[in-house]
Amino acid sequence: MSKKRSIEEINDKIRKGKAVVLTAEQVSAMGKEMTPGEVMSRVDVVTTATFGPMCSSGVFINFGHSSPPMRMERLTLNNVPAYGGIAAVDAYLGATETAMPHDTYGGAHVIEDLIAGKDVLLQATGKGTDCYPRTEIKTLVNKNSVNEFIMFNPRNAYQNYNVAVNSTTKIKFTYMGTLLPSFGNANFSTSGELSPLLNDPEMRTIGIGTRIFMGGTTGYVAWNGTQFNTGKPLNENGIPVGNAATLSLIGDAKLMSTRFIRAAYFEKYGVSMYVGIGIPIPVIDEDIASRVLIRNSQIETNIIDYGSGNFEVLGRIDYEKLFSGKITLKGKKIRTAPLSSVKVAREIADLLKKEVAEGRFILTEPVALFPKTTGLNKLEIRI
Amino acid sequence: MTSRRFVLTFPPDATGEPITYNLIKKYDIMVNIVKADVSPGQIGHLVMEMTAPGKVLKEGMEYIRQQNVECEPIDKKIHYKKDLCIHCGACSAVCFPGALTMGRHTAELTFDAEKCVVCELCLKSCPLNLFSIDIG
Repeated sequence: MSKKRSIEEINDKIRKGKAVVLTAEQVSAMGKEMTPGEVMSRVDVVTTATFGPMCSSGVFINFGHSSPPMRMERLTLNNVPAYGGIAAVDAYLGATETAMPHDTYGGAHVIEDLIAGKDVLLQATGKGTDCYPRTEIKTLVNKNSVNEFIMFNPRNAYQNYNVAVNSTTKIKFTYMGTLLPSFGNANFSTSGELSPLLNDPEMRTIGIGTRIFMGGTTGYVAWNGTQFNTGKPLNENGIPVGNAATLSLIGDAKLMSTRFIRAAYFEKYGVSMYVGIGIPIPVIDEDIASRVLIRNSQIETNIIDYGSGNFEVLGRIDYEKLFSGKITLKGKKIRTAPLSSVKVAREIADLLKKEVAEGRFILTEPVALFPKTTGLNKLEIRI
Repeated sequence: MTSRRFVLTFPPDATGEPITYNLIKKYDIMVNIVKADVSPGQIGHLVMEMTAPGKVLKEGMEYIRQQNVECEPIDKKIHYKKDLCIHCGACSAVCFPGALTMGRHTAELTFDAEKCVVCELCLKSCPLNLFSIDIG
């Protein structure tokens, strides 16, 4: 009978400072010599991490009431529009928002400034009501002056992602970075064997309520992420090929650090935000042990032509080759480059490992697991 | 005699004119190719040092530009704010001379200023805007 261990047993060991915690890279390196059974008996928790650009991110802010009070209907922060279509002084600021289409300063930069403790210019207008008589306001706010500053990211931590190339004769500026013409480079964006959802691909230990590392503090998985897709084909190692599952995350932005939340601008595409995420995976059975042993050579994704406009799949490649710096496509050697920072992801995995090993980070049983069969709807143009 | 380094950028539909041959034969310019990345049908780059009297160098540059090939002298330097770098690697994607490279095991970005030809592609490729031109 195969061995099993509950999250509560693991937590008991964590509380006593006796849990054996390794990073996903350390475990993957062991995989060459050890069986899942051996890993199961020796390792309690594996820490995973990623630090990549995640556009579907943003913050809820409650500014507090002025006197007399106002219902902020249209508002900006450092001139970047925020959404005020909720209660009086609540707003949502999206990471990719900009005042003008080609601005290089946007929502993510405001969020980074607020996390850094800087003052930000708030300007708002409202029609004025009997209960909220004020019609306009202009003042400075910072993370200490506001009530709540909550990061809520609808789609983070993609399970896998495409490799982007450009077949055309023109340089292309995309959310996958600069793509040189005639297959001049190939860009990819995951932390490979260190990436959270590639170490628990069926999400048996990650679900709603899972406690995680988010942007430098503790966060939680709120829901499955948007565009959550379990319908992607799996490779022989059980890894979805291409972008599949995602996570919706929530955490207290007041406690986050600009080391792990960084604003970004992609030329001619726009603003995005690097989000640092770390997820501990409890080794509850041999199946999970076999999953965390996954190596870059066993994780594959699709090479997609981002130049032609029809996003044609040109081939499949593994991450060991992508991380080597060169791949071969159509008989040509192509330089590869990551967009996701493995260096910072390693830092997060190490930090989380220390937190768990020293008893400060207790693991959670998911409150509910994610749907098992989901696909994506297309947007039909019906009028 | 003057020696200067230049970056030549060939369009995908370059005529195939033997530019370096003509620089040597017709203009008597000493040409030293530092780095070449030129293939038919693709944007190509050639980094070379040209040595000749100043007036001849100007004529050589003029000749190159007449062939629809960009010719930019390398007088500028790239400044890189290393302390703010997150080592994502986006800049290494476009650095054809190999000045910006990612360590296979360290996952760290290294900038070798000696190899930089100031093509400026990294300026647009860095999502954190950490590169700038230092005119000296």
